[in-house]
Amino acid sequence: MKLAALAKQLRSVLGEEAVLHHPEDLMLYEYDAGLAKGTPELVVFPKTTEHVSAIVRLAGARGVPIVPRGAGTGLSGGSIPRQGGIVMVFSRMRRILEVDVPNRRAVVQPGVVNLELSQAVARYGLYFAPDPSSQKASTIGGNVAENSGGPHTLAYGVTVNHVTGLEVVLADGRAVQLGGKAGEHAGYDLTGFLVGTEGTIGIVTKVVVKLSRIPEQIATLLAVFQTAEDAANTVTSLTAEGITTSALEMLDGWTLRAVEEATHAGYPIDSGAVLLIELEGLREEVEEQAEAVARICMAHQAREVRRAKDERERQLLWIGRKNAFAAIGRLAPSYYTQDGVVPRTKIADILRFIDGVAKKYGMTICNVFHAGDGNLHPAILFDLRDAEQVEKVHAAGREILTRCVELGGTLTGEHGIGMEKNELMPVLFNDDDLEVMARMRSAFNPNELLNPQKILPAPRSCREGVISMQSAAGVEQ
Amino acid sequence: MSTASQTGSAEQRSGFRSGAGPSWDLYSTCIHCGLCLEQCPTYRVLGLEADSPRGRIYQVLQVDQGNLPIGNSFVTHIDRCLGCLACETACPSGVSYGQIVERARAEIEKSYRRPLLARIARRYTYNKLLKSFGALSFWATVLYLYQQTGLQKLVRWSGILKVLGLENTDALAPPVDREFSFSDLGKVFPSEGEERTRAAFLIGCVASVSFSELNRATIRVLQKNGVTVFIPPKQACCGALHAHAGFRDDASDLARRNIDAMLSDKIDSIVTNAAGCGSTMKNYANLLANDVRYSAKAQAFAAKTKDVSEFLAELGLRAPQRKLHASVTYQDPCHLAHAQKIRSAPRELLKAIGADLIEMPHSDYCCGSAGTYNVVQNQLSTKLLAAKMEDIASVTADVLATANVGCVLQLRVGVQQRGLKMRVMHVIELLDEAYRQT
Repeated sequence: MKLAALAKQLRSVLGEEAVLHHPEDLMLYEYDAGLAKGTPELVVFPKTTEHVSAIVRLAGARGVPIVPRGAGTGLSGGSIPRQGGIVMVFSRMRRILEVDVPNRRAVVQPGVVNLELSQAVARYGLYFAPDPSSQKASTIGGNVAENSGGPHTLAYGVTVNHVTGLEVVLADGRAVQLGGKAGEHAGYDLTGFLVGTEGTIGIVTKVVVKLSRIPEQIATLLAVFQTAEDAANTVTSLTAEGITTSALEMLDGWTLRAVEEATHAGYPIDSGAVLLIELEGLREEVEEQAEAVARICMAHQAREVRRAKDERERQLLWIGRKNAFAAIGRLAPSYYTQDGVVPRTKIADILRFIDGVAKKYGMTICNVFHAGDGNLHPAILFDLRDAEQVEKVHAAGREILTRCVELGGTLTGEHGIGMEKNELMPVLFNDDDLEVMARMRSAFNPNELLNPQKILPAPRSCREGVISMQSAAGVEQ
Repeated sequence: MSTASQTGSAEQRSGFRSGAGPSWDLYSTCIHCGLCLEQCPTYRVLGLEADSPRGRIYQVLQVDQGNLPIGNSFVTHIDRCLGCLACETACPSGVSYGQIVERARAEIEKSYRRPLLARIARRYTYNKLLKSFGALSFWATVLYLYQQTGLQKLVRWSGILKVLGLENTDALAPPVDREFSFSDLGKVFPSEGEERTRAAFLIGCVASVSFSELNRATIRVLQKNGVTVFIPPKQACCGALHAHAGFRDDASDLARRNIDAMLSDKIDSIVTNAAGCGSTMKNYANLLANDVRYSAKAQAFAAKTKDVSEFLAELGLRAPQRKLHASVTYQDPCHLAHAQKIRSAPRELLKAIGADLIEMPHSDYCCGSAGTYNVVQNQLSTKLLAAKMEDIASVTADVLATANVGCVLQLRVGVQQRGLKMRVMHVIELLDEAYRQT
């Protein structure tokens, strides 16, 4: 083994059980929830900040790269090691260190599971607002790295809006405090900067999160449409009429059928699309808005607007929505999910475009997405065993993402750039923009040992060859 | 790129040579999203991808593709799976994880050599002890004498178990009854009042020697509810432990024996009070799918099989004369909640007899019993039980109820070790108590 001496040192610090180096163990860390692959040479399991510092120092001295990993539910390859080295797994660093109820803060280790935090503070009437669909498995550390969002991002913002402080181990092994429990801090907002950097700036070892109060009243409406076009136009009208929904999700017919089979949540399988609309706030206000929403939906030829009659029905609808992607796994052996964003007034346009792309390539594309903020997740179905289909998927994906940018949107809403879309960054940013980011990275991560080859494209000299060689939508390795 | 699917290769270099292993159709539904991870007891304790459902499926795939040998590492991680199937509940993609692991174990049995002692013990347990009620009676009698003659006290006092590392295992051994349910074989217990339906009752292997009183209670409760109860004389162990351990051929033998013994036009339902047995019996159709003579019968058998709580809830429970005044917290047995998707029936029955139901957190997390798991994977099982007891201790209740004998045994040990003042009971025992109180 190449890193035998390092493995020995790490064992003496972390203990025998906390370092894996056999090939049969390493292969379990070569994947995440996406398609990208890369095998580490060592896998380590820290339990404390001191462990993380020691690992960074020992690896740094030998020039060995480190990639942090939470639960491996990411979709853009953030936790995949591109240059071997160490994968640092946070599954054993998962304690809720403090819950400060009066100030609505919690201090957690990065391996705490998103939903577990919300469940632990539910008895105080509080919850952690960012709600990615992976929340029953994904970790707070992973959410911080990817700046994760979810259906309720529309009203409450993404992870960065709910993190006030971080403890971070830097590339030289020192642990520093950024921000804290207070909402505002003197000096540079390094907490805000660090969230979403995917482990390329430092390794997060503690997170101070905001907790939100569970609202007095929640209304969850399901509007059923014959066509996706009608649903898309409804989204535009809701915004135009000043309705503030806390979540506004669209599921198309393909998705509805898979979801219904998986969860029996009561979604209509014979419709073209549905909108899942949630309203939160004070009782009177919610009731008033619910009526307005129903009226607007009906004006756009909604076949029916249904309201969850109790918490159980509401939960069922959400279970259906949150499991939608995995449920699509029932339709085909593989699928490629994208994360493009368009202005919400352009949803109908992009859906028509996606439909055209699907027809052109003869593939099925399912649409389930955060309509309220125009964050699309087209899932292109294919069979990974068929090389020709794989080619088509890449081409189709590239066309859709390019169109998103043309319509005034962007490449990612919440899944991160990772190694999936880093080579597409020049579509959005010019050389100067990218150079500023590269300088920020160099300041913190001078030898590029922290999660190398993520987010930013390869330097220009190398890049020109790369883009022509691989599909820009991201073939890995 | 964010694509999903366990990569598969069209060309087959399968490491599953015996034909018993899982196939592409079974595991290709896994899109490795990872939503199962936190629901897996071994992942929660160990934090290892290799001991998560997604990781185990990935290892199966690697074996199938010839990248991973069926060696110590693979066997260790497959062995550690409790088979609780919480991952199936969590999986939106509909992966039949239980089938994948069962088949991986069948392959391991055929192509992996365990250490000699383990081999002898496994062969004896699955091929002899659990296949004949005679052998089981013999050893149960030996255990009974050990427990009753003061020998157990002497042995425990001597500290020799501690020296041998068997202390926990000894505590888990079920207290053996003086009379076994085998003496009821062939009997018919008439319904009380008008006959509403007829049921055949599976007495079970382990239940027969250490839960014969629960079996009697089940019969009484069924009679009370207008059920005529048949104890078919030629019935055998259900085969659950065999199938879970990889002895699918033995499990199939037992399935055929039970079909011959219990499937009859005269009987409307086949009832069991053990969740593990029920889930296996409902799975006979799958086990015997390729058996031309038995596949149709197996389907009929599976369709008639009911867990006793499911059976009574569907039938409509006759209210007891007096309500039971007790607060009860209910632990979902994995093979009821996850394997059979039965969660509300036992709770409805408890409410119907007047129990004040208090929900504990994570009631569908495994207690660590899992058939023989608490003996063969004692350390892991102990950790799972400790976590379970944390959740149980966070609520206040007079009774800790569950619906499976293995869970009852495990939870009794947990309650005793933690010094809680809760009675641990099978739901049916509470029903029986409610009917018998005057």
